[in-house]
Amino acid sequence: MRIGDFHASYRHDEALFDTRAQRVWLGLLLAALAAFPFVGGSYLTYLACLLGIHLIAAAGLNVMTGYTGLISLGHAAFMGVGCYAVAVAERAGIPFFLALPLAGAASAAIGLVVGIPSLRIKGLYFAVATLAAQFVLGFVFREWESVTGGVRGANVPAASLFGFELAGDRRVYFLIAPLAVLMLLGARNLFRTRVGRAFIAIRDRDISAEVLGISLFRYKLAAFAIGSFYAGVAGGLWGYFFRVATPELFGLPLSVFYLAAIIVGGLGSILGTILGATFMTLIPEFLRALVGWAEAFGLEQAGVYLAPLRQVVFGLLIVGFLVFEPHGLAEMWRRTRRFFHLWPFRT
Amino acid sequence: MSGAIDWLLLAEFSLVGLLSGGVLALIALGFVLVYKGTRVINFALGEFMMVGAYLFWTANVFLALPWWAALALTLAGVAALGALVERFVLRPLAGQPVISIVMATIGLGAVLHGLAEAVWGGANLSLPELLPRKPLLLGEILLPGQVLWSFALAVALIAAFTAYFRWSKDGVSMRAAASDPVTAYAMGIDVRRTQRLTWMFAGVTGAVAGIIVASMTSLSPSLGTVALGVLAVVILGGLDSIAGAIVAGLIVGLLESLTVAFVGGQARDLVPYLVVLVILMVRPYGLFGTRDIERL
Amino acid sequence: MHILEAEGLTLRFGGIRALADVAVAVPKGGITAIIGPNGAGKTSLFNAISGFYRPERGTLRFDGADITRVPAHARAALGLARTFQNVSLFRGMTVLDNIKLGGHNRLRAGALGALWYLGRAAAEEARLRAEIEREVIDFLEIDHIRDLPIDALAYGLQKRVELARALAMQPKVLMLDEPVAGMNREETEDMARFILDVQEERGITVMLVEHDMGLVMDISSHVVVLNFGQVIASGTPAEVRRNPAVIAAYLGERAARRRVA
Repeated sequence: MRIGDFHASYRHDEALFDTRAQRVWLGLLLAALAAFPFVGGSYLTYLACLLGIHLIAAAGLNVMTGYTGLISLGHAAFMGVGCYAVAVAERAGIPFFLALPLAGAASAAIGLVVGIPSLRIKGLYFAVATLAAQFVLGFVFREWESVTGGVRGANVPAASLFGFELAGDRRVYFLIAPLAVLMLLGARNLFRTRVGRAFIAIRDRDISAEVLGISLFRYKLAAFAIGSFYAGVAGGLWGYFFRVATPELFGLPLSVFYLAAIIVGGLGSILGTILGATFMTLIPEFLRALVGWAEAFGLEQAGVYLAPLRQVVFGLLIVGFLVFEPHGLAEMWRRTRRFFHLWPFRT
Repeated sequence: MSGAIDWLLLAEFSLVGLLSGGVLALIALGFVLVYKGTRVINFALGEFMMVGAYLFWTANVFLALPWWAALALTLAGVAALGALVERFVLRPLAGQPVISIVMATIGLGAVLHGLAEAVWGGANLSLPELLPRKPLLLGEILLPGQVLWSFALAVALIAAFTAYFRWSKDGVSMRAAASDPVTAYAMGIDVRRTQRLTWMFAGVTGAVAGIIVASMTSLSPSLGTVALGVLAVVILGGLDSIAGAIVAGLIVGLLESLTVAFVGGQARDLVPYLVVLVILMVRPYGLFGTRDIERL
Repeated sequence: MHILEAEGLTLRFGGIRALADVAVAVPKGGITAIIGPNGAGKTSLFNAISGFYRPERGTLRFDGADITRVPAHARAALGLARTFQNVSLFRGMTVLDNIKLGGHNRLRAGALGALWYLGRAAAEEARLRAEIEREVIDFLEIDHIRDLPIDALAYGLQKRVELARALAMQPKVLMLDEPVAGMNREETEDMARFILDVQEERGITVMLVEHDMGLVMDISSHVVVLNFGQVIASGTPAEVRRNPAVIAAYLGERAARRRVA
């Protein structure tokens, strides 16, 4: 049990990982992440890669929606932009370490086109504009065949570094995992500074934010740009991981998936992003296993129900968490920790 | 089409578009009703439509009930659904930030969508033709009967709802409760009841619109997607104005029809969203909207 | 010398005139109180000064510059801070983060720097923290609550935190909208002491809207009286107290005649 820790300076008080115990844990975590694909087997490595992509995308959405209060219904489409951008960049011979930032930038740029007009007004216009962007971009993905390959999609070559191909889950893992860690850390850092505080201020009470000298327009735009940048990078990684970009991957259901992830995890919380994305990555796998068992037990039609079942469960999770635990898994985690912090001396 | 515009084609598609906008206006009314009554934007309205159409199919085709009995059963069903949603989703969320409520209706939509697919399957079903097909000839312009009748039906329903809202006791209470729930409560209006009523009405308008749409096209779990496009345009017209809703519905209908005529069918579903994006660029406060003055 | 001058301010909502040709001059370094009956336009005046309402006529000068067309957030950067009638803190944040927001305009980190949190972003955060602790938290005696969420605080403390946030802006003019409304005697006295300290020790010009006449008469150096959106009197507390128009506005015509007679 930890008795308490005392911060001797303000800088120490502001540090992210302030106790020795936390730093040791962090080191162990990083070591575990590095060893994971060698220990975890191919299925778990696959899941870890998928989770890494979901983490980055969900973090971006949480910056926008959870922290700044801008509801985006088009997050998946912005991922799509990143994914196609990587496909196009690779075709032009641009290496992945440039293609990924480009994917993020492309997504952010398109985000700005949608965002600038709709951010000038309050409230739901933004949500509707992102919904519109979702459908319009989906249409572009389908119809602009010379670039996107239409409904058949575009192939994405493996990321390669000096002739070394990052093909196969285990190798891609070492592209995705470090990026996921870095980008989560970046998102966390954001909220230790004036930029992140301004986002939260805008969400909580935009009028007082303005009185403090925060330009609503500039900061909403910044939040949206950061969110779409994250989506773009996640989409690019998606391309390198699945090696293909097709329009139906990046539709409204995926956008709803990410909304569900941040609600279930906890709006406006990086810990919540991690918990929510993990939970939501595992849920479909769990459902698939469930349906598999059902089939094994003689319900041959069970497979048909997988897609609708998934949708029902996602929807129920969104509604259920909003009604019963609006602060999400992150709050449950905090409660549990508080309980054990002083356990067994106080309960 | 080389050079000259085909005026006849333009006129015909414009008229058909405006007329088919009637159903869209009915959908728009569904959004406006709920917004006026409870200050909630119901992203699940499309799913209400879809569920209504499936219920009708079940009663009318599967159970082979006559259409009026099937309709009565359907409306009772969706009204019950609306009441349940109000009681178990919206009421617990009262006082929560807008974002939570909006997302709850999105979640609700996903649940209904998934359930419908599980129960009725993902394939297209078809409803019997409820509306007469006999077309109307206006000079050289041919107006399909279904479109004409759906328009008439939508107009009748919209008029009925508007009258109800304006003159009936419940309608007045609903408006009072919407503009100031606390005061309305203090004046002896049962606010919970009016909110429940609002959601039941929303279910009913949605279901009727859903049945009309399904009978003219076909029935699948994604029937309700059309509603999102209508919502996009309704927001531009102003969510609390019935007139705005009607105009929005007609505009979407007109533009969709013209797009089909001059651009191609695959671009049709895109129209409302493009309209929204373009209008937001040009007139960021919406078509009729004014900058609201806020009391600080 | 006047730090803030409004001239001919006119503001209308629909048909209602909230401000009619209002002229106010706020002397530098003093405490100027805006008083008047409910609905007289006091808060509207504040909102026009902080830039939420765009007056249809009139000019605003602040510290020698015309700010009539300057947007609200830029006015804050020029040195105009305010609090709200209903406490307007950010509920999703701790007391400390709320106060740190006051320092927003004096920090420079951009979004990219913030993501890395190295170099300048980290250094300036540490500097801001030290400065806030020294100049705001100690001063207002709120060090015991700095890590608490806003909702955990009693109303009087919330008002104090809001004042702290405004002070962290290091403003030239501090506008307080009903700083002691809803407070008990002890809290009111604490707040009065803080307001006086702000003005005397920091040299910050204070403007306040307040209904507590005891407080207004005790601490202000200059009083402006509004009624139906018009300035009906201004001067020292003693002058205003004797002004028949003011007595009429507060007590009605008959009482005013009796009082004067």
